[in-house]
Formats: sequence, structure tokens, C-alpha cells
Amino acid sequence: MKIAWDIFTIVAVMAGSFFFLAGTVGLLRFPDPLTRLHALTKADNLGLGLVVLGLLPQTHWPLDTIKLIAIWLFALLAGATVGQLMACTARRGGGPPK
Amino acid sequence: MTLALAVDIGLAMLILAMAGWTIAVRDTFASVIGFVTYGLLLTLVWVRLAMPDVALTEAAMGGGLTGALLIGGAARLRRTEAAVRTERPGMLTRTLAAVLSATVTAALAICVLNLPDPAPTLAPDAAAKLGSTGVGNPVTAVLLAYRSMDTLLEAIVVLLALFGVWSLAHDRFWGGCPQLRTHADSEGILAYFARILPPIGIIVGVYIFWIGADFPGGKFQGATILAAMWLLVIGAGLAYFPPISQAWLRILLVAGPLVFMVIGFAGIVTAGAVFAYPIGFAKPLILAIEIALMPTLVLALALLVAGAPQRMPPQ
Repeated sequence: MKIAWDIFTIVAVMAGSFFFLAGTVGLLRFPDPLTRLHALTKADNLGLGLVVLGLLPQTHWPLDTIKLIAIWLFALLAGATVGQLMACTARRGGGPPK
Repeated sequence: MTLALAVDIGLAMLILAMAGWTIAVRDTFASVIGFVTYGLLLTLVWVRLAMPDVALTEAAMGGGLTGALLIGGAARLRRTEAAVRTERPGMLTRTLAAVLSATVTAALAICVLNLPDPAPTLAPDAAAKLGSTGVGNPVTAVLLAYRSMDTLLEAIVVLLALFGVWSLAHDRFWGGCPQLRTHADSEGILAYFARILPPIGIIVGVYIFWIGADFPGGKFQGATILAAMWLLVIGAGLAYFPPISQAWLRILLVAGPLVFMVIGFAGIVTAGAVFAYPIGFAKPLILAIEIALMPTLVLALALLVAGAPQRMPPQ
């Protein structure tokens, strides 16, 4: 059973890493701020989510497990908020000068 | 082990590259973002060195708070930046600066490389006497029992920095309210965020402060989180900074260092030395100092980010 959970961890964390990699490539390659934000939020939501999901079987129930899930939820909340704010600024034509 | 070594080497290279980029990049704002990233990478280094206390402080103060201060500074400098960039310092100035930086780096490298192996350490002594302080976290014992004078001076330095910022205020606005430059609307997503997060953030901040007695954490890290929550609410346009002439504000700012000094000098009478605690009372006295310092640090850190007063309170 232990080995099954370990394999689950490895698969989920690697899947999460893939989304981080894809998000980074998107951030570097996409043409405008909105699509770049889209790439970044995928890394935050799915990438971090899968990494956390994969690490859950390795934690001590209940405190460590809840803390880990809380970290993911906070990252979701902060990512969604900052993403919206940056998108608003980009649409208004603000942001750092080129 | 080899995998961990590969991660460490990668981390070290990344930090060096980030440090170089932060210096080399021409745009102030980009440089600040580089510095914040550098701080977060440094946090990972402290975690790798098994020093979560320092990692927490680096993440909260080095990356977060200093980053916020520098972003504020970069935003204010933006208008003058183009003009400044045209006037490059002369060859002599640049050479002197390069020589000075290289000398400091070389001196540091020589000091570190010449440390005896194993390095001299007071860690066993600190751990052996831990019981007499009543706290379980050796870092807290160093900060508030063995070397409490340093911690007092740190708190006073933060306060002096705040006075320095305040002294930049225009005469007309002296005693007025600092202001964050925001374009928030009270129905927007930032306002929503600022309503959801602070209740949780306050619990986390107080928890990190409280847990500092026995586990990694402490007042500086906790105070930074609480200050961030206050700044978030103000930045979202849901609250305003109080005028800096308010009596309660000034009393709270002075209370922390004052309580610290009173307890410290009372040690002459009660324990025979300055900053000594009478036997059996170490833990409650340390707790009293920490609780008194907490509001001072929260207010001072948040008001540092807020900057000099910019308007008078409405009559």
C-alpha cells in the first residue's frame, strides 16, 4: 500500500511540474499580457494543485495535511486576485513602459 | 544525496545569476522585481541550511517588506528616471565603485574561507542553558535572553527609520495622514480580497508570533504578516491611515522599546545585571517584552511602507 501511495506521489508531482514548465514556456512565448496571465494561472492552479495533491499521502494527518491544502487554497485566492488586477491594468493600457 | 547536491548547486547558480541581473538591468522597477526574486531564492537557501527561523524572516522582511518599500520607491522615481539615465557617472567614479565592491567581496570571501573547520560555535552552550530561559526555541532564547540588547536596538532602528521617513513630510502635512497610491474601487476584486483574507491572516500572524517561543516563528515575522493585512485593507480603499499626530499611535510606537528597556534595566535590581532576568521569571518577562513589541512593530512596519504624511485629516 505504501508503494502505491509513493507511486501516486511521484506521478502527481511530476504532472504538477509539467504544468509549471508549460506555464513558464507560455509566460516566455505568448504574445500579450492577457495570454501570459492565462499561462501563469495554469501553473498556479493546476501545477501547485497537483504537487499538493501528490504530497498529501506523505503528510501527517491532520495538521500538516490541512496546512498543505490551505497553502494551495491561499495561492488560488491570491493568484486569482492578482491575475484580475493585472489584467484590469493591462486592459486600461497601464503597466511598465516598454 | 547527489540529487540534493544538484539542487543546491542549481540554487546557488540561480542566485548568482539573479544577483548579477539585479545589478546589470537598467530599469529600476525590473531591478526591484529581481531583488524580490533574489530574496525568495535566498529563503530557499536558508531552508536548505535547515534554518527555518531565518528563512521565515527573509521571506517576510527581506523579500516581502523590503520589496514593498523598494516598489514604492521605484514608483516615485519613475518620473525622473529618464532624466537620471542620461547622466552616466564618469569613468573614474565607475572604476572606483567597481574596485570598492570587488574589495568588499574579496574581504568577505577571505574571511569565510579562513574560518577554522569546524567553525567555532556557541550552539552547544546555548542549547545547554535553554531550560533556564523557559522558551523552547533556541533562536528565541538568543534573541530575547542571551543577546536581548541586540533585539532592543533592532526594534529601535525600525522606529528611527520610521522617524526618518516622517521627517520627509511637507510642513503643511506634518501630523497628517500617510496615503497609499491606489486606484481601488470599493466594489472591485481587491476589496473582496481585502475582506476575505485579513481574518485568516490575523490568525496566522498571531499564531506565528505565539509559536515563536518554542518553534520557528516570532514577533518580526508575525508583525510583518499583520502589517501586510493592515496595508491590504488600506490599499483596497476600505480603511485609512490614522494621522501620525494621534496620541495612541505614538504611545504604541514607543511602548515596545520602553517596556523592553524598563524590564532590561530592572534586571540590575532583580537579577544583578542589565538585561538579566530573575530566576524563574524569564519566560513571563520575555512574553511581556514580546507582547509589548508586537504593536510597535506592526505599526512601524506598515507606516514605513505608507511613507510620509501626504494630507491633513478631514476636520
